[in-house]
Amino acid sequence: MSHPSSPKWTRLFCWSTPILALPLTACDWVVMNPSGDIAVQQRDLILISTALMLLIVVPVMAMVVWFAWRYRAANKAVDKEYDPDWDHSTKLELLIWSAPLLIIICLGALTWVSTHKLDPYRPLDRIDAKTAIDPKVKPLKVEVVALDWKWLFIYPELGIATVNELAVPTNVPVRFDITASTVMNSFYIPELAGQIYAMPGMKTQLHAVANKAVGGVGFSANYSGAGFSHMRFGYHALDQAGFDAWVAKVKAGGSNLDRNAYLTLAKPTEKAPVAYYSTVEPKLFDAVVNLCPKPGQRCMGELMRINMMGGAGKESARETEGLKYDFPGSHVIDQTERNKGVQTAPDAPGAENDHSSHSGADAHAQHR
Amino acid sequence: MSSATAMAHREERAYHLPEEPHLHEGHSTNLGFWMYLMSDCLIFAILFATYAVLGGSYAGGPGPKDLFDLPLIALNTAMLLFSSITYGFAMLAMEKNRAGATQGWLFVTLLFGGAFLFIELYEFSHLIHEGAGPWRSAFLSSFFTLVGTHGLHVTFGSIWLITLMVQVAKKGLIPANKRRLMCLSLFWHFLDVIWIGVFTFVYLMGVLR
Amino acid sequence: MTGTMTTAQMIFGRLTWDSFPWHEPIIVATFAAVVLGGAAVVAALTWFKLWGYLWKEWFTSVDHKKIGIMYMVLGLVMFLRGFADAVMMRLQQALAFNGSEGYLNAHHYDQVFTAHGVIMIFFVAMPFITGLMNYIVPLQIGARDVSFPFLNNFSFWMTTGGAVLVMCSLFLGEFAQTGWLAYPPLSGIAYSPATGVDYYIWALQVAGVGTTLSGINLIATIVKMRAPGMSLMKMPVFTWTSLCANILIVASFPILTATLVLLSLDRYVGTAFFTNDFGGNPMMYVNLIWIWGHPEVYILILPLFGVFSEVTSTFSGKRLFGYTSMVYATCCIMVLSYLVWLHHFFTMGSGASVNSFFGITTMIISIPTGAKLFNWLFTMYRGKIRFELPMMWTVAFMLTFTIGGMTGVLLAVPPADFVLHNSLFLIAHFHNVIIGGVLFGLFAAINYWWPKAFGFKLNVFWGKVSFWCWQVGFWMAFTPLYILGLMGVTRRMRVFDDPSIHIWFVVAAVGAAIVAAGIGAMLVQFAVSIWKRDELKVEGDPWDGRTLEWATSSPPPEYNFAFTPVVYDTDTWADMKRNNYQRPLSGYQAIHMPSSTGAGVILAGLATVCGFALIWYMWWLAGLSFVGLIAVAIGHTFNYKRDFYIPQDVVTRTEEERTRTIAAVGA
Repeated sequence: MSHPSSPKWTRLFCWSTPILALPLTACDWVVMNPSGDIAVQQRDLILISTALMLLIVVPVMAMVVWFAWRYRAANKAVDKEYDPDWDHSTKLELLIWSAPLLIIICLGALTWVSTHKLDPYRPLDRIDAKTAIDPKVKPLKVEVVALDWKWLFIYPELGIATVNELAVPTNVPVRFDITASTVMNSFYIPELAGQIYAMPGMKTQLHAVANKAVGGVGFSANYSGAGFSHMRFGYHALDQAGFDAWVAKVKAGGSNLDRNAYLTLAKPTEKAPVAYYSTVEPKLFDAVVNLCPKPGQRCMGELMRINMMGGAGKESARETEGLKYDFPGSHVIDQTERNKGVQTAPDAPGAENDHSSHSGADAHAQHR
Repeated sequence: MSSATAMAHREERAYHLPEEPHLHEGHSTNLGFWMYLMSDCLIFAILFATYAVLGGSYAGGPGPKDLFDLPLIALNTAMLLFSSITYGFAMLAMEKNRAGATQGWLFVTLLFGGAFLFIELYEFSHLIHEGAGPWRSAFLSSFFTLVGTHGLHVTFGSIWLITLMVQVAKKGLIPANKRRLMCLSLFWHFLDVIWIGVFTFVYLMGVLR
Repeated sequence: MTGTMTTAQMIFGRLTWDSFPWHEPIIVATFAAVVLGGAAVVAALTWFKLWGYLWKEWFTSVDHKKIGIMYMVLGLVMFLRGFADAVMMRLQQALAFNGSEGYLNAHHYDQVFTAHGVIMIFFVAMPFITGLMNYIVPLQIGARDVSFPFLNNFSFWMTTGGAVLVMCSLFLGEFAQTGWLAYPPLSGIAYSPATGVDYYIWALQVAGVGTTLSGINLIATIVKMRAPGMSLMKMPVFTWTSLCANILIVASFPILTATLVLLSLDRYVGTAFFTNDFGGNPMMYVNLIWIWGHPEVYILILPLFGVFSEVTSTFSGKRLFGYTSMVYATCCIMVLSYLVWLHHFFTMGSGASVNSFFGITTMIISIPTGAKLFNWLFTMYRGKIRFELPMMWTVAFMLTFTIGGMTGVLLAVPPADFVLHNSLFLIAHFHNVIIGGVLFGLFAAINYWWPKAFGFKLNVFWGKVSFWCWQVGFWMAFTPLYILGLMGVTRRMRVFDDPSIHIWFVVAAVGAAIVAAGIGAMLVQFAVSIWKRDELKVEGDPWDGRTLEWATSSPPPEYNFAFTPVVYDTDTWADMKRNNYQRPLSGYQAIHMPSSTGAGVILAGLATVCGFALIWYMWWLAGLSFVGLIAVAIGHTFNYKRDFYIPQDVVTRTEEERTRTIAAVGA
């Protein structure tokens, strides 16, 4: 599958689109020209599948035009061919079912193989088309949290964290563990690899590797509310030296990311500036995945153990302390700071659009 | 079709019926009602599936073993099964055109249906009273929704039953009313089948697991 | 927000004076225009004393033809609303560059794209195809009406009730800001506390009841009411595709209903189905909604596949090539459409085997679809193709849909989907199939069957203007979206910071403007044709049609056929013409027909009020209207007299009138 990955192919594909006439400065379509090996393979797959389908699509479209033109009523030359009762031909029927079938068999095989090979959960086995992975190299682990509406990256092995800026060393496999704080997002860096959803209470995974030192952007590819458009982060693939320097910079300039700092950070904001944290409270990501970063909140892991035991007994029905996680108004940017003095984080009743109609929602909260 | 055969048929083909064919009234009702039942069945299928997925999420609260009172549910099941039998008797009486007996059996069915609903409401209020309402956990949400949707169906079935009793009283066992009784019969037995699913899948297996 | 409820809150729930979006000038202006326009229409109807006519002849009518036309009108009106939303989005995305926020804030823009999707699918495409099936299917099978005529009327008004609720959200409160499928937890009460999602839920629930019932109705009609001689394998292809589409409706809309019930319980009662806390599982919703959502796509496209078959065959002057394989292909698609739902969220992190299973099943659907395309192709082969407007739309469909199908199969390859999912490439793909398939098909159908419904053809010049505007506009609007998708641009974005992609959005906006011109030309086409209807007048069979609907007059009489037709061939009318069928001129009899009733309007009206009350938490009104609903429904069952006979002399007069028309116009 590595053959057609040469840029010639890409360029050919780009130029052959029907918008040739429009002012195209250069072919800078990132999905067609990425710099990470996984994304490159995904690009190749797009090109191969398209070529495979064009094998049948081009003749069909040509035939549509040709037949429509040739058999137009005005064309007296084909009048003698006119056969109003001709409606069946076993040979043709076989052909019209088997031709698409053959293409789909090829494409299906390709799909099966490539889906397994490019499964985001699967650890990498190569750095790029030519380089196999060194089994001694451990992938760099990055924990990703989609917050409202910004991205938090925790580097557990380095003990640092950043907001809205992700750096990775080139030619080192990276493993992303991904979750979200409130609603579903999708973690996507087109330069690097395909996307995967970021979901609250769930942990998804993505393995990828950057092959070139480039700058780019990553973003949420799944609509998540008012601040979604600005939910973008800088992506930097740096060579090892550059990456070390970047880590040093983060370590030098940052504060500590403990639970309280996290809870403040998790409050909805838009266009959050890049922030560095030189130290991170251990297990913070685990707490986020388990929906219990807040003190007093009961963790999902513990609740699931109770599920395994078949429930916690009749009396537990009334033990609802620390279970609530979705708070009314927690998806609104807080501009009024009416926090009622509680230490809770994302439950500021609020305000951006001034709906005077939250009373129903509040009543709903009390009645739990 | 070759033109030769078309020629052969030419004379014989009458392209319209000289007489108006009489489609009997309600000719599609049975089919239509079956399709409605199947679409309703799909709603229950989704609720069952939801229960299958969420039925084990207790959110640190009580599970089926802590909550279900099997003898009560067995009594409840008996009520619904008896109501199905008595509805069957009502239909037998209807076949014999005995309006009075039909009404009588319908009334007995209504009583059993009412008893079923009463026991179910008692169970629900008891659970809510203990703090195990539908908002307590995903398990209880899906439990209350599945069982409650069935109960709601029984409620509407009972309203329909009363309506039909009034209509039979007013018009007698005319074909239209017979057809309606037939539809309600399908509906009532359908709810029975669903309940057997609920009883097995939710209550029995809930206590066993 | 005081602790105790005031009297106003008791009565109006959460509806207050501030629920009207005073601060949104665009909405205020629209509202003013709607109020003025509405007042003008009401005044005109009153002035010309048309209310009684509308009520008696249309609103309460159980005639499948009138209901069909009302569905089409509803679809058209909602189409204009949905398209206005599209234009607003294109404009916003073309403006919001270089630090500009555009002219829509997030609150408004997010409603616009949600409303666009919801309206276009539920209140444009669905009414259009339901209307089409309603009008054509009974005529094609030689029936006098549908199986359950009252239910048909009720279904229509329920659909309309849903549309009314969506339109209400424009001026009272807000619509959902969640995307058209309202994924939780975003659509849960914690993250969307206002009325938006409630409007969404109740509009779809009210309309969904109508859709399900009309599905049941049409299946029963096709199964039970075919003319003598019409075995299943002699049904016209459009009837076949309608049958499959309606089976899909009945077997999928209950899933939507159940799913939305669970979501509304989460929002109203505080259950924990799709919440993050208390053990809920939002991924469950995504699965459930797509188990409905994917068959829905085929509900939309299948009937149009039927339209293309009828049009290709008629205008090529040939029998349809491969009727049998067409029927089997349709059934294959119907079944397979239930096995592909997961391809809408490969990126959720299912295992590779699950993903590739759903990817491959998706690709398999392209086999019967491809076979269909070949069938149309070989129907044209050795034909005599007349390029009337319906045929032009059909050829355009074949070319457009092939591209859309190809990009669809591409998206079914999971690793490719990982880079293209939720991108503008995806948007371009599904508009490519929905506009290129469903909409082009509807335009073909409208141009094809308009003369049947109204007795005159549509103006060709304006039809061609519209056609070419659509072709050019469509490709100009969506090719840039394909390219932007390949540049990694995501859907539902409101502002952009990369100036290099600006040009593509400008091109797309120009494309949308050309499409707008196409829609305008179509409205002009309707107006001009109605204006010059006497010049365009036709009798029963203007296109040299092949199926039974062309055997009766245009427009057909209330009873459709004076005599019940007998069928010997799939192309019945072609067969009749070939055998020199002579229309009988005597021997008419009285015809048994269903009577009109206002119950449908009242029931649907109460359901809509109930939905509105639930959206605004006016509990007393919700309870009252629900009780009213049950009471009226019960009351309606006490009406045993639901039919009448069209007397013999009326039938005779109608048929003699037609004889004179035939003599005047020439058959």
